[in-house]
Amino acid sequence: MEHIVIIGNGIAGVTAARHIRKLSDKRITIISAESKFFFSRTALMYVYMGHMKFEHTQPYENDFWAKNRIELVHDYVHTVETDAKKVHLNSGRDIMYDKLILATGSISNKFGWPGQDLEGVQGLVSRQDLEQLEISAPNNKVCKRAVIIGGGLIGVELAEMMASRQIPVTFLIREKGFWSGVLPMPNADMISRHVKSHHIDLKEEEEMAEIIADDSGKVKAIITKKGQTIPCDFVGLCAGVRPRISFLKNSGIELQRGIMVNRHLETSVKDVYAIGDCAQQRDPVGERKPIEAVWYTGRMMGEALAQTICGNPTKWNPGHWFNSAKFFDIEYQTYGWVWSKPKQGHDHFHWLHEDDKRAVTIEYDISTRKFIGINTFGIRMKHEVFDLWLSQSKSIDEVIENLDKACFNPEFFNKPFEQIKRAFSSNQQIKS
Amino acid sequence: MSIYQRNMSLTGEPPKALSTTEKIASAIGIVGLFILVLAFFNVSLPWKGAWLTAALLLIAGGIIAFAKAQYGHKQAGIKNDGVWFKDLSSRGFWGWVLAIFLTSFYIVLYFFPATLGQGTDGAANTGLIGLFDPLSYLLKGQAASQWFVYGTLYTVAILSFGIKFILKYRHNSYEVIRTGSVMFFQTTFAFLIPEIMAGLNSTKDLPYYDLKNIWPLNYYLFEQWNVNALLVNGSLGMTMLLFGVASILVITPILTYKYGKRWYCSWVCGCGGLAETAGDSFRQLSDKSTSAWKIERWLVHSVLVFAVISTVGIVHSYLPKNNIYKIWEDGTVVKQYETFLTQSNFLILVGVGLTVLFALIWIFRRNELKQDARYGAIGFLFTILAFIGIHFMAGTDHLFFFNHGAVKSAYGFLIGAVFSGVIGTGFYPILGNRAWCRFGCPMAAILGLQQRLFSKFRITTNGGQCISCGNCSTYCEMGIDVRSYAQKGENIVRASCVGCGICSAVCPRGVLKLENGPLEGRINSDAVLLGQEPDLMELLSNNKN
Repeated sequence: MEHIVIIGNGIAGVTAARHIRKLSDKRITIISAESKFFFSRTALMYVYMGHMKFEHTQPYENDFWAKNRIELVHDYVHTVETDAKKVHLNSGRDIMYDKLILATGSISNKFGWPGQDLEGVQGLVSRQDLEQLEISAPNNKVCKRAVIIGGGLIGVELAEMMASRQIPVTFLIREKGFWSGVLPMPNADMISRHVKSHHIDLKEEEEMAEIIADDSGKVKAIITKKGQTIPCDFVGLCAGVRPRISFLKNSGIELQRGIMVNRHLETSVKDVYAIGDCAQQRDPVGERKPIEAVWYTGRMMGEALAQTICGNPTKWNPGHWFNSAKFFDIEYQTYGWVWSKPKQGHDHFHWLHEDDKRAVTIEYDISTRKFIGINTFGIRMKHEVFDLWLSQSKSIDEVIENLDKACFNPEFFNKPFEQIKRAFSSNQQIKS
Repeated sequence: MSIYQRNMSLTGEPPKALSTTEKIASAIGIVGLFILVLAFFNVSLPWKGAWLTAALLLIAGGIIAFAKAQYGHKQAGIKNDGVWFKDLSSRGFWGWVLAIFLTSFYIVLYFFPATLGQGTDGAANTGLIGLFDPLSYLLKGQAASQWFVYGTLYTVAILSFGIKFILKYRHNSYEVIRTGSVMFFQTTFAFLIPEIMAGLNSTKDLPYYDLKNIWPLNYYLFEQWNVNALLVNGSLGMTMLLFGVASILVITPILTYKYGKRWYCSWVCGCGGLAETAGDSFRQLSDKSTSAWKIERWLVHSVLVFAVISTVGIVHSYLPKNNIYKIWEDGTVVKQYETFLTQSNFLILVGVGLTVLFALIWIFRRNELKQDARYGAIGFLFTILAFIGIHFMAGTDHLFFFNHGAVKSAYGFLIGAVFSGVIGTGFYPILGNRAWCRFGCPMAAILGLQQRLFSKFRITTNGGQCISCGNCSTYCEMGIDVRSYAQKGENIVRASCVGCGICSAVCPRGVLKLENGPLEGRINSDAVLLGQEPDLMELLSNNKN
């Protein structure tokens, strides 16, 4: 019986395992040093905030794995020997594979800041990061101030987490507005204002130069590039993530920033595949980046690879881009592409509600009026409807006219679509 | 492995401490409770009316002030910070203390009302019940009873915790309107209207009748004393009796078809009302395991079968053999009716009714039921056999091997008191706020069957947006593992769902929506998550079955 070994029990590896089991009788082993059972990484923040216990982040009951004959090995892979088709574990045990799936995920970016390895300096990616956070920042007595570096999704989550324990937070972002490398400025500004309204000391266009230690080797302050010293007991490094691949250095598998894969998710070595955050596409799909550290991408790569492994060679060929997040109290969803600045020949239509918590931005093609993508804040939208509209190349006018058909807000919520329509028609009059 | 060897448990720290305003608010509420405790120990309080007013206002005021301190200064949004750190809401020490206090209160209330000061044989009330006399006289011109005290406290709890809940979910119109609804139905239908009506009819003894309390939740509706009391009250009583029958046979199925069982369980019902308001802090304690789900299905449907058989047995026992129904009082017939409902006609009617119902389900919903249908068939067969048994027992005062009175009081004791009160409410801080609704309520069982089989209601999931975080499952008071459906892209169509809407509220990615929609495609177990190109999606969908 063919033995499929998967390194990493995140969403990518686990999805691959589940689908392989659905399609075949192959022997499946998942190896993870992080946790015995699969948990939802995106939910780690809720454990720190006390919304859930760690066990609630585990999507399957513990007997699920044995029932589905998926073997779990709680150990760390230190080397992969592709010639002998073997992985070596820290415990000394070796595991032979017929096919190997690398789904090792990400680690936090470190850009060589002085002091980046001090005690009290960390990112937030793994379960171990969360455990470390409980030691470094359990409350506002041990941690009198935290500094968070990097205006992205993990940074804002960490800020919300610390705020839930009344720890004062200084949040340094390099850009002009929160996540404005991705969000158009009006969206970024609204989120910046919302973050500040939660008593986060958000500093735009500010970067960290170095981290200062006290006598015991623990962080005591940071110095910004503008020369300001900010005393703190904790520094959160949230300036993005990169693939977790250092253990593959001498494996012979071709690496760049991530593990290089073709459209079939095959690495340079036969019978070795890579999926999820750690995979880097030689040939990126459409407008997508070569490395996508996104939950949904990991899940979909797992689904696609399971087909290939089980004898139905399937290309990594994802559908329309979508994503979602939550910034404190504001939910965000996106379908299709909305760039921080409209692409050549495109324009943005912005609408902002007077409550400053709801907004819509639509990117469209000026000459063909084709709808390119939408960002919504504080309004839930139907994935299925936008997926269809994108496939049908609807025009922005049709989309605006029918927004209520795509609304997924709970019952009795007021829907601002008439307001949006009016704003759109006056916006178009000005432009014409 | 050094970097991974940190044996820290993942339990967190505050925000669990109370702020100063929260402490003051708690103190106010406790002073109110303390007045009730003083009354309980028969400390003589002059101007009872004033003391009672003070006690109720302090309790309500304390709860509302606490809620304002907790949520008022924060922006609208999900307020679950520290839920699992706080002792009270995570089965900690204070959780157990509260559970023991509530349980003791229910035991005293149900079984030792004299301890509360209930005057027997015409003696005046004393103690806690005596304290409530002024309010009772005001509403209905009679002395209070233990049930009046309970009803008053119950209403105060739903109103003040209702305000707390509204503050907590003020950004969510569904929750605000729904909570307004349970507060309204409790205050009017369950409390004011029946009490005032009882006062207006005091000479004729019209029984206390909460119109929204439907059989089989209201298990004594068809007992002889209640039916007679309604019948002797002429057309009003007759209307109420007919309304009671229509509620379960006509009104309930129509509303459940259109809106799901939520129209009752989380919008109208008093038990549900208390669970949603006072019990909200405990919703995360429900057991989500598949084994709990299995226990739930066996237990709640057994209670339903028990309720049906015992009601049929009781009604059968007082129906006439011929077609004249007589109401006796002190040895004389005070009223008599000509009726088609003789003992045997009644049994045949109910038997045929159930057979038709079962046949319809079997014919039209066979595929959806699969293996559950077998259990349904067992329950049905058991019920019909019981009816045959009842027929042959006619003339004796026995239901099978048990005395009718014994069956009736066993049901009242086990289900009505111990299950719904002592365990159902007393154990909020241990089993979660819906243990009774989930495991014991026969009304919920009937509505659940209707909801699963003949309803437009479902919770839909949004394409591929689920991140399996688990907030929905954690905060489902009915112990439904919502995530297990959402992460497969399937609609949630579960008999037990009461439609409280909290799964949708706590979802950080906008994945869940409560909806009434077309029957077609309502149950979509071949659904897959969106995101792939269409061919692969179709393949995944085919692989699923």
